[in-house]
Amino acid sequence: MKRTLFRNQFLPWFLLAPQLAVTAVFFLWPAGQAVWQSFLRQDAFGFSVTFVALENYAALYADPFYRNSLQVTLVFALLVTTLSLGVALVLAVAVDRMLRSAPAYTTLIVWPYAVAPAIAGILWWFMFNPTIGILAYVLKQWGYNWNHQLNAGNAMTLVVIAAAWKQVSYNFLFFVAGLQSIPASLREAAAIDGAGPVKRFFTITLPLLAPTTFFLMVVNVVYAMFDTFPVIDATTEGGPVQATTILVYKVYMDGFVGLNLGSSAAQSVVLMGIVIFLTVMQFRYVERRVNY
Amino acid sequence: MAAIEIDSVVKTYPGGVAAVKGVSVTIEDGAFAVLVGPSGCGKSTILRMVAGLEQITAGEVRIGGRRVNELDPADRDIAMVFQNYALYPHMSVRENLSYGLRNRGVPRDEITRRVAATADILQIGALLDRKPRALSGGQRQRVAMGRAIVREPKAFLFDEPLSNLDAKLRVQMRAEIRLLQRRLGTTAIYVTHDQQEAMTMADTLIVLNAGRIEQVGAPLDVYRRPETTFVAAFIGSPPMNLLAAQAAGGRVLLGGAEVARAEGLADGPVTLGVRPEDLVPGTGAFDLTVDYVEELGAGRLVHGRHAGQEMVVAVPAGLDLGERLALAAARDRLHLFDHGSGRRLGG
Repeated sequence: MKRTLFRNQFLPWFLLAPQLAVTAVFFLWPAGQAVWQSFLRQDAFGFSVTFVALENYAALYADPFYRNSLQVTLVFALLVTTLSLGVALVLAVAVDRMLRSAPAYTTLIVWPYAVAPAIAGILWWFMFNPTIGILAYVLKQWGYNWNHQLNAGNAMTLVVIAAAWKQVSYNFLFFVAGLQSIPASLREAAAIDGAGPVKRFFTITLPLLAPTTFFLMVVNVVYAMFDTFPVIDATTEGGPVQATTILVYKVYMDGFVGLNLGSSAAQSVVLMGIVIFLTVMQFRYVERRVNY
Repeated sequence: MAAIEIDSVVKTYPGGVAAVKGVSVTIEDGAFAVLVGPSGCGKSTILRMVAGLEQITAGEVRIGGRRVNELDPADRDIAMVFQNYALYPHMSVRENLSYGLRNRGVPRDEITRRVAATADILQIGALLDRKPRALSGGQRQRVAMGRAIVREPKAFLFDEPLSNLDAKLRVQMRAEIRLLQRRLGTTAIYVTHDQQEAMTMADTLIVLNAGRIEQVGAPLDVYRRPETTFVAAFIGSPPMNLLAAQAAGGRVLLGGAEVARAEGLADGPVTLGVRPEDLVPGTGAFDLTVDYVEELGAGRLVHGRHAGQEMVVAVPAGLDLGERLALAAARDRLHLFDHGSGRRLGG
């Protein structure tokens, strides 16, 4: 790292000021507000505010709906990450084997990333709509009665597919880049060393992709936990019976629909803690944990 | 141990680029053959076709008498050393060495024994638990060699394995590879663009140009009797002087003066070749106008012109150099080539 020495000790602060101001106004101040609000209780009409210390947190801890939401979030994040990483890896490996049409194919696969999450949600909601959806119709032909408005499993499947579909493009790009950075001679050496295509993939390619995979895993978990609000809101609205109410959606429901601002703020603070944890993981391991 | 026969092999890439245009050569069992030529001459492509990493468009490759065109690289019983070594970066040296054996289901104690023996031969026993990134260039080179010999294959294939090493280490590794191959008696094909490396290492030198073989032979034979002007200019450093001369009435004239006799030679232009080291100071047919001198310590290279044509001459250190230098060459050290085709004429 190159270090620069400033004669005037105020100059560095002056140069940093715009960035610090943006961080303070748009990040630190709202975050501080949320923390403060999480210690308060407001009546539904906003006439009185009481300081209740950690009571909002204690209520969350005892709330079965909150624990349900936590569980839903875990399942949702795990499924979205696994599905989007898995599909992206298969597609990337396929592209890596192509010689000529790879650029066109790559471009096509990247398109979904440009689709807004809400639109992606609606898209799949239409296809799976029990009344007019083509996929629901196909499933019915096979004897399966799809209804994500009544069936919790169906609802979860729908939001997982809609959320993962969008993320596949992003993961795909990273996997393609990761695969291309593995020298062809390594795979050739393994071929001469008697490893078939499947064995080569699992003993050479996959271990060498580990840094990429780990990075994407963290990014995808963060995406599934925090950026999928529009997908949920546009399709299931957290239902049926809170089966798809992930933590972020619950913050919104409790705060803006249920008008329980104190609890909503407390939930936000918990989420903030999770984000900080994931970010630290990212910095500690992704930056350093290179497998070879 | 096996002979490798390359029979009328052709490689044409999709899109019509012909990399190898019909190459036939047999490498005897236990021989060290070097494929040498400039970039793009097809030498690596030939090696990769022998290894099974490239499809053979036409022709046949036989290893130990068996046609291998359709065999997977794994089933050809060959080992290859790559230019960038291609060590598996996530495996320790020990795992790198044993990977090929594990894939083939060799029993565990047999693997342990062979890895230990190989590490012993190459003196890399202390490095077995390190990862490749913790090794120096020379050590990586050794591990790459080890990965080849631990398998006890029928043939070694080397794809410019020394080009990433510094000059000193390269010369040292050259000798080591040669000694090791001789000791193991395994047939080897070695690809390089460095003619000096080719000369010093080969039993059989195969000179390639533009997808075709120019000449095959023992290094000294190729050096002494180049069959084409391409070989004459490619093998030897500094390269052979090639001069435009005239044949008239059984005599070869250079700038009007007779330099050689050649019975039965048709009158007309010919190319006269003479190596810089075969020209000795003395009254003779060559009269050099000196342009500049390269000092090499042990000797000197004199660049100059004779009858308007550029020449290089190697002279001993300490020779007094004026503006002009009279030179002679023994008649049997002069080479004559056809002006058009570049092929050798006569003896």
